[in-house]
Amino acid sequence: MNTDFTEQELAFQNEVRSFFENELPESVTRRLKAGLRMDKASQVDYQQALYEKGWAGINWPVEYGGTGWSATQRYIFFNEAARAKAPRIIPFGLNMVGPVIYTFGNDEQKQRFLPDILSSKVWWCQGYSEPNAGSDLASLKTKAVRDGDNYIVNGVKTWTTLGHYADWIFCLVRTSDTGKKQEGISFLLIDMNSPGVTVKPIITLDGRREVNEVFFEDVKVPVENLVGEEGKGWTYGKVLLTHERSNIAGVATSKQRLTDIKGMLNNPPAGVPPLKDNSVLMQRVMQTEVELTALEYTELRVLSSVSTGKAPGPESSILKIKGTEVQQALDELFLELAGIYGLPFVPEQYDDEDPSLKLEPFFAPNAAPHYYNNRKVTIYGGTNEIQKNIIAKQVLGV
Amino acid sequence: MDFALTDIQEMLKDSASKFINNAYDFDARQKLSASDTGYSEEHWQLFAELGWLALPFEDQYGGLDGTAVELMVLMETLGKGLLLEPYLSTVVLSGNLIQRLGNESQKSEWLTAIAGGEKKVAFAGFETASQTDITSITTRAEINGDSVKLTGKKPVVLHAQSADMLLVAAKTSDDDIGVFMVSPKESGVTIAAYPTNDGGRAADVTLNNVTVSADARLGEGENATDAIGRVLADAVIAVSAEAVGLMEKMLNATVEYTRVRKQFDMPIARFQVLQHKMVDMFVEVEQARSMLYYGAISLSADNGVDAAKAASMVKAKIGSASRLVGQTAVQLHGGMGVTEELDVGHMFKRLTMINTLFGSHDAHMDALIKAEQAA
Ligand SMILES: Cc1cc2nc3c(=O)[nH]c(=O)nc-3n(C[C@H](O)[C@H](O)[C@H](O)COP(=O)(O)OP(=O)(O)OC[C@H]3O[C@@H](n4cnc5c(N)ncnc54)[C@H](O)[C@@H]3O)c2cc1C
Repeated sequence: MNTDFTEQELAFQNEVRSFFENELPESVTRRLKAGLRMDKASQVDYQQALYEKGWAGINWPVEYGGTGWSATQRYIFFNEAARAKAPRIIPFGLNMVGPVIYTFGNDEQKQRFLPDILSSKVWWCQGYSEPNAGSDLASLKTKAVRDGDNYIVNGVKTWTTLGHYADWIFCLVRTSDTGKKQEGISFLLIDMNSPGVTVKPIITLDGRREVNEVFFEDVKVPVENLVGEEGKGWTYGKVLLTHERSNIAGVATSKQRLTDIKGMLNNPPAGVPPLKDNSVLMQRVMQTEVELTALEYTELRVLSSVSTGKAPGPESSILKIKGTEVQQALDELFLELAGIYGLPFVPEQYDDEDPSLKLEPFFAPNAAPHYYNNRKVTIYGGTNEIQKNIIAKQVLGV
Repeated sequence: MDFALTDIQEMLKDSASKFINNAYDFDARQKLSASDTGYSEEHWQLFAELGWLALPFEDQYGGLDGTAVELMVLMETLGKGLLLEPYLSTVVLSGNLIQRLGNESQKSEWLTAIAGGEKKVAFAGFETASQTDITSITTRAEINGDSVKLTGKKPVVLHAQSADMLLVAAKTSDDDIGVFMVSPKESGVTIAAYPTNDGGRAADVTLNNVTVSADARLGEGENATDAIGRVLADAVIAVSAEAVGLMEKMLNATVEYTRVRKQFDMPIARFQVLQHKMVDMFVEVEQARSMLYYGAISLSADNGVDAAKAASMVKAKIGSASRLVGQTAVQLHGGMGVTEELDVGHMFKRLTMINTLFGSHDAHMDALIKAEQAA
């Protein structure tokens, strides 16, 4: 039992660090330096830079253009990315539909879709949830009816993250009403430009457009866009969800955020009083560090037991529960450090290079919007209550 | 011993709920919040007619002699509507401070003007992120005979942009604090205005060699530290009452939502884990209300309870209860909870911001611990 890096792993770490220091696209570094959020263009630039380096398919097997990295290499990569405060990787193409296509798709689909996913040429979004099918996803009603060489799709998907950026959407649709609910579900790839698709915004608590409703009205989808077998979509979709869950933990990013918090405790920004002698706050900071350290080891234990390209089992629910709890504990600490400086609502400050108003300390006005918005992490990807149901049933067997 | 409201308190509560029910539904509130000023001048005039703007003032200035208990009753009810008008800044903070610190002529001029709805006043006091320690301010007042020169920066002054007058706390020496009435139009005053994270309004106020006359100082030259501390305690009761009203409403909304929302072919309220979470919310709301009563009664009776300690205990309890109630309400609404579409989300925002106003849970708990260690 040890967690030392080998010579090769140390060399790899240097290579990754140097990439983040020297090789990020200018559009990305400019925004990072100014503390701005990525816009669509810089997000794509970032993912394409990873692609050019050969690092886009982090979890993918080599035969499909993936890195084939070991669990340790992935660990190193995510830690270095967080250390450099690099943007996150939008998961819908690279972590979700990509793995489903290379695992369950046919050769034609692999050739047609995987290259553009890997190179981030095509933006994907996820069409699972519906207004009446959230936690009970299997009750979804969006219908796909076979009509010659096409499916005709009707229904509504909701909470579609960044659907307004997307070129394609992967959907769970109902192809049969008979038998068990789960058995009538299929996995369908739909071009967002198809006639009959409309996208409407939903505004989240931070005042931003992040999610959408997507309406399908007699949308024609060629049958060759069905992944795998008709009626097997639920099985494919569940595999994908476990992929999503393990990436949801966000350990590396949380470690970096904790480091930032400690930095501010040691060197308070102007106006923030020295909070290090507040024992109540310090108790929360250290509690978070204890949980995060334990979580990091839990994640390493889970991931090192899973081979590249495969999805972890139901134990990945632990990562989702604890990972999101730690993220939200960190959100609360930032809010606490911001204090009254967290009251102003000035989102331009994080989007525009030349905002009309720029308030100091710079991080503070974003603490509350982020805290509000990030309540989502215990809700999406299967709520934490649902994760506990999964562990109870599938791990504890009760 | 009697926790029932008096007739006058009942009337106050009735008129406030009538107003909220008639004029302040969620859509109307959101429209107001998005308007230029962020509140309604018409409502403000109505508050004057209803006597709310005069609530805490002494009878001789047109006031109603209301105590912390009346303030609590009013704020709890108005809070449920997510009130946007500058009541907290003009009446609770500034009005109370003028009453506690002002000299006769200042009181008769300004309390009457506030009570009548003619003038709004903002309190530019605290400077650090935690808003509990007035002695740490760095704004300076240089007194030169009949004139005073003020220099400093006051971040996040509630409703400074709509105020006719600012009450600026400044150091006249290392250990003396004065409060000066400064018109926002005075040369050297800059106001950088913005909306707030709970739909309200605030501004950063900068004072650059602002010259006012020496009689702009509230009172007769006494140190303002104690008066500000006491007004802070009143403000804690006011926002805590708002929080209790909001928490109760969020609990009810959550119970209602889980009864109606169906997943797995049944109302989600049937899941025992959600029932227990809602019971936890209920327990916290009741504990918070009890603590609020303790604080309001202690402050209004002047019964020997240390006002600062009582305020800290109240704010600490409100902080921990708000966290649990707010977060659970959002969680049990699922995705709907994190959208701007339901009032629950907006109540969650306000509840969160109340924790940062006038000292957070952590700040007040730490103050309680330190006071106990020193005793
Ligand atoms: C910001 C955001 C982004 C999202 N992005 C996407 C996306 O891109 N694509 C997509 O398809 N979906 C997305 N989702 C949807 C997300 O997966 C759902 O919100 C989630 O599955 C919960 O469903 P719901 O919102 O309908 O809540 P509900 O299922 O109505 O749940 C409400 C409450 O009831 C609880 N509950 C429900 N059933 C049980 C039970 N059996 N036992 C105990 N408690 C229970 C839940 O835990 C929750 O607290 C997103 C959601 C959000 C908020």
